[in-house]
Amino acid sequence: MNNKISIHNLCLSIDRQPILKNVSLNIPTNKITVILGPSGCGKTTLLKSLNRLTDLIPGVQQSGEIMLDGVNILNGNQDLVDIRQKMGLLAQRPYPLPMNIYKNITYGLRISGRRNRQFLDKRVEHYLKMVNLWDEVKDRLKDPASALSIGQQQRLCLARGLAVDPEIILADEPTSSLDPISSKLIEEKFLELKSQYTIVLVTHILRQARRMADYVVFMYLGEVIEQGTPDELFNNPQHPVTKSYLSGQFY
Amino acid sequence: MNTKTEEKFFRVLMFLSTIFIVGVLLLIVVSVLYKGLPSLSFTMLTTIPKGGFYFGEEGGILNAIIGSIYLSLGATFLAFIIGWPIALYMNVYLVKHHTLVNAIRFVFDVLWGVPSIVYGAFGFILMVFLGVRASLLAGIITVSLFIVPIMVRAIDESLKSVPRGLLESALSLGSTRSEISYRIFSREAFQGIITAILLSFGRAIGDAASVLFTTGYTDRIPTSLMEPSATLPLSIFFQLSSPIEAVQDRAYASATVLISMVLIISLLSRFIGNRRN
Repeated sequence: MNNKISIHNLCLSIDRQPILKNVSLNIPTNKITVILGPSGCGKTTLLKSLNRLTDLIPGVQQSGEIMLDGVNILNGNQDLVDIRQKMGLLAQRPYPLPMNIYKNITYGLRISGRRNRQFLDKRVEHYLKMVNLWDEVKDRLKDPASALSIGQQQRLCLARGLAVDPEIILADEPTSSLDPISSKLIEEKFLELKSQYTIVLVTHILRQARRMADYVVFMYLGEVIEQGTPDELFNNPQHPVTKSYLSGQFY
Repeated sequence: MNTKTEEKFFRVLMFLSTIFIVGVLLLIVVSVLYKGLPSLSFTMLTTIPKGGFYFGEEGGILNAIIGSIYLSLGATFLAFIIGWPIALYMNVYLVKHHTLVNAIRFVFDVLWGVPSIVYGAFGFILMVFLGVRASLLAGIITVSLFIVPIMVRAIDESLKSVPRGLLESALSLGSTRSEISYRIFSREAFQGIITAILLSFGRAIGDAASVLFTTGYTDRIPTSLMEPSATLPLSIFFQLSSPIEAVQDRAYASATVLISMVLIISLLSRFIGNRRN
C-alpha cells in the first residue's frame, strides 16, 4: 500500500498536558482512513495537526514527524499556505465564508490569483455538481451562503475545499450536525471521491466507520490502541480496550 | 425571608432602579429641550457668531457645529486607521498568544477609563514640545488618542465573536492571515465595525475637556488644519458661563443640537447593529 502521510512518534501537549502520546500511523493514498475513538481521545487534534491548525493552540508543543509525500511538515521552514492548500478541511459544522455562494466556491481560486470570469464560472458549476448542490442553488448563486440549510452549507464547504484542488480531504465528524439525508449524501460523496483523493475521516460513530473505512485507526486517551483493515479491527480486535469499545461498553 | 418575598423584593428593587435611571435621562433631555427649544432658530444653525454674540446679540453657532463635525470626523478616521489593524492583529495574528492579547485588552480598558482632560493635558504637552499652536490638527490628534481605546475594544469585541472554525476553515483554504483579516474577519464583523465607528464618533463629538487646550476656540469656520476651531461642547460652556440669560438659553439650544446629533448617531449605530440578520 502506498502511503500519502506517515506519522512517526507524534507527541503533542498543551500546557504540558499530553494530548497525543507517541502516535505512529500510515495514511494510505486514495483510501478512506477512519480515525475512531470516544470523545476527548485526541482524534480531532490528530487531524488538525496534519495541516498544522494545531499551531493556533496556545501553549502547544509538538515533537515527532509527519511526513507528507516524504517531507516532514513539522519542520519549521515549511510553507504553511502550501501545505494547507493540499488538504481540504471539512469541520464538524459548516463555516461558510461571509459572502455569496459563488464567491464561497471561488474564494480559494481568487486568493491564488485565478480571476478569469469564464474559468471561475466553470469551476463553480463543476464543483457544485460534484457535491450534488448545483440544481438546488444554480438560480441563486449570488445569495449569501448563510441562507442555505446546514446540510447544503456542509456540501458547499466540501465543494469550496475541493475547488482549491487538494490531494487530501480532512473530515472532522463532518456529519455530526447534519440530518440523516444530508449525512448520507456526504458519505456517498466520500466513497466516490476516494478514487481521486486521500481521505482522513474522524468519527465516533461506529456504524459510519464500518460503512466508510478502508483502514481504521482506533484511539483512546491520546494513544493509538490498534490499527488495521476494517476486517482485522472490527471482526478480530486484539486489544481489550478496542474489544470493549466495539461491544459498546463506552462511547 | 422566604424565597417568594426575596424574589419580590429584588424584582421591585430592579424595577425601581431602572425607572430611576431612565427618569434621570428623560429629565436631562426634557429640561435641555424645555430651555433650549424656544431659543433654537434657523439663524442660529446657519450663521457664525457676529460681534457681541456672547452678550446676546446677533449670530449663531455654525462655527461650532462645523468645527465639531470636522474634528470628530478627522479624529474618528484617524482612530479607525490605527484601531482597526490593532483589533485584527489581536484576533487573527495573536490567536496563539492568549496572555499577550489579554494584556493588550487590559491596557485599552485602562486607557478607556482615563479621563479626557488627561488626554487634553497630554496633547497640550505634545503641542508645546512640537511647537504647534492650538489647531484643528492638534485637536484631531488628541481626540483620536482619546477614542482609540473605544475603537479598538469595540471592534475587538465583534472580531472576538467570529467563530474559531471560520478561521480554521479559511486557513485550510490556503489563505494568508492578511487575506483572512480583510476578506473574511472584517466582513464577518462588518456590523460591529460600523457600530464601533459610530460609538467613537459619538464620544468624540461630545467631549469638551480634550479639546479645551488643543483645539482652541474661534468664531470663524476653520479653512485649514492648522487653524483653531470652535466645538459644540466648548460653545455650550462659554455661553453657559455668561451672566446674560438670553445667552444661557442659547447654551441650552446648542446643547439641544449636540444631543440631537449624538442621538442620531446612536440610533444609526443601533439600526445598523440590529440589521445583523
